[in-house]
Amino acid sequence: MNLTLNIWRQKNNADKGGFREYKVSDVSKDMSFLEMLDVLNEQLAGKGEDPVHFDHDCREGICGMCSLYINGKPHGPLQTTTCQLHMRSFNDGETITIEPWRAKAFPVVKDLVVDRSAFDRIIQAGGYVSVNTGGVPDANEIPIPKKIADEAFDAATCIGCGACVAACKNASAMLFTSAKVSQLALLPQGQVERKERAEKMIAQMDAEGFGACTNTGACEAECPKGISITNIARMNREYFSAVVSSENV
Amino acid sequence: MSWVSKTLSSTLGRKLLMALTGLFLIIFLIGHVSGNTLLFKNDGGEAFNIYAKFMTTNPAVKILSYLTYISVLAHVVYSIILTRHNKSARPVAYANSKASTNSAWTSRNMGVLGTIILIFLVIHLQGFWYKMHWGDIPMVTYAGEQYKDLYSIVFFAFQSELLVGLYVLSMVFLGLHLSHGFESAFQTLGLNHVKYSPAIKKLGLAFSIIVPALFASMPLYIYFMN
Ligand code: HEM
Ligand code: FES
Repeated sequence: MNLTLNIWRQKNNADKGGFREYKVSDVSKDMSFLEMLDVLNEQLAGKGEDPVHFDHDCREGICGMCSLYINGKPHGPLQTTTCQLHMRSFNDGETITIEPWRAKAFPVVKDLVVDRSAFDRIIQAGGYVSVNTGGVPDANEIPIPKKIADEAFDAATCIGCGACVAACKNASAMLFTSAKVSQLALLPQGQVERKERAEKMIAQMDAEGFGACTNTGACEAECPKGISITNIARMNREYFSAVVSSENV
Repeated sequence: MSWVSKTLSSTLGRKLLMALTGLFLIIFLIGHVSGNTLLFKNDGGEAFNIYAKFMTTNPAVKILSYLTYISVLAHVVYSIILTRHNKSARPVAYANSKASTNSAWTSRNMGVLGTIILIFLVIHLQGFWYKMHWGDIPMVTYAGEQYKDLYSIVFFAFQSELLVGLYVLSMVFLGLHLSHGFESAFQTLGLNHVKYSPAIKKLGLAFSIIVPALFASMPLYIYFMN
């Protein structure tokens, strides 16, 4: 395949940035999207040009490091991570536009790399269980109904890639935050800090400058892990019941 | 800040106010459309005028109408606050965005739809509500009691193609606003449940077609009756 790539280049956060066009040829349909970018970068390095910077780590769809807004959609045309997207999803001769996630809370570091530490700070605000649980407990020691365990696990599959924020017209982090709130609210271990968690994580989410939720459902449609917006409804319940009943005046 | 004002200035608190005021306005629409079906009665407007007097003088209705004014105001004010905040959360737009593949147009354009409804509301209120309260209205007498003849005002207004067209078109936009707003409000309140959500979705769709269609049929009926 021969492709034209229209890629966002930006030296650093202070730089204005802009699109640049690149040609790549002899791309195999079996390459992953990131491997295709590796080919481009090899070309650029050969010419002594600055390679295109992009985030990636596991390349197995589990770490959440890869991002990229490809042809108008986070992680490209399929509901998967960019590292699990293959060139067979594109056509020979196609022009592919690649942009970084766009959100005030995710400032561009360089080219396609954005700073997603806002998510880390939301987790730090309450997305943990801080009781001393002692040694590793035996399996099935705490009785949890299978259905609840599955629901918590579904929420826990969120890899924190930020596609929800990228997809949302409001750059809202509700899907991410609600998955993290839900995962712990559903389990017995999460009960101790349940109210405090909802209040603090949402306060941090707002402080980071993410937008509100208009319930468009774009996040759910684009999430590579299929996290459901029922988590957002649960987070809203958690938050509203926490603020009226907690002792945090 | 107290916990109340802190909550109500959070993104979730602001959405809570949007949902509650939106749902209250939905209830208001049910009352408004039911009462107005009296326009279909072929009695020269008697039933409608008696109803209109009741609606402007009954103390219980007064309380409800003040709640409605407050709801509209709060809904509009918070829609501006939220929409501005949401816009500021993405200062640089995408060059290429395929939002239509992941969400409904109505859900992405609630602000635009709301603004059209607001413009309609101003025209609508100044045409009928303002006249009924403070304007010059001919009087009629039924069974020895005096009534403002609001019916004649309505009847006269809807002889204009332009106004009838405006009303019908505005109701289309109201329907579009509600087709997302109805179910969205339940989701905002955290009321998402495998048993009830499919029914709420269907009810929302039915409501957003039936109620605006009923409203739109009134000017059409009066226009074509003549
Ligand atoms: C009879 C009139 C109206 C009714 C029944 C109504 C109803 C609703 C409902 C039920 C919602 C959903 C709330 C939620 O998502 O939780 C909503 C959202 C919204 N309404 Fe209205 N509305 C009306 C008029 C207006 C007007 C006049 C405006 C403004 C200028 C407006 C602007 C909005 C906006 C911007 C949203 C979306 C807010 C967001 O989630 O970002 N609406 N409306
Ligand atoms: S690189 Fe780890 S999920 Fe894509």
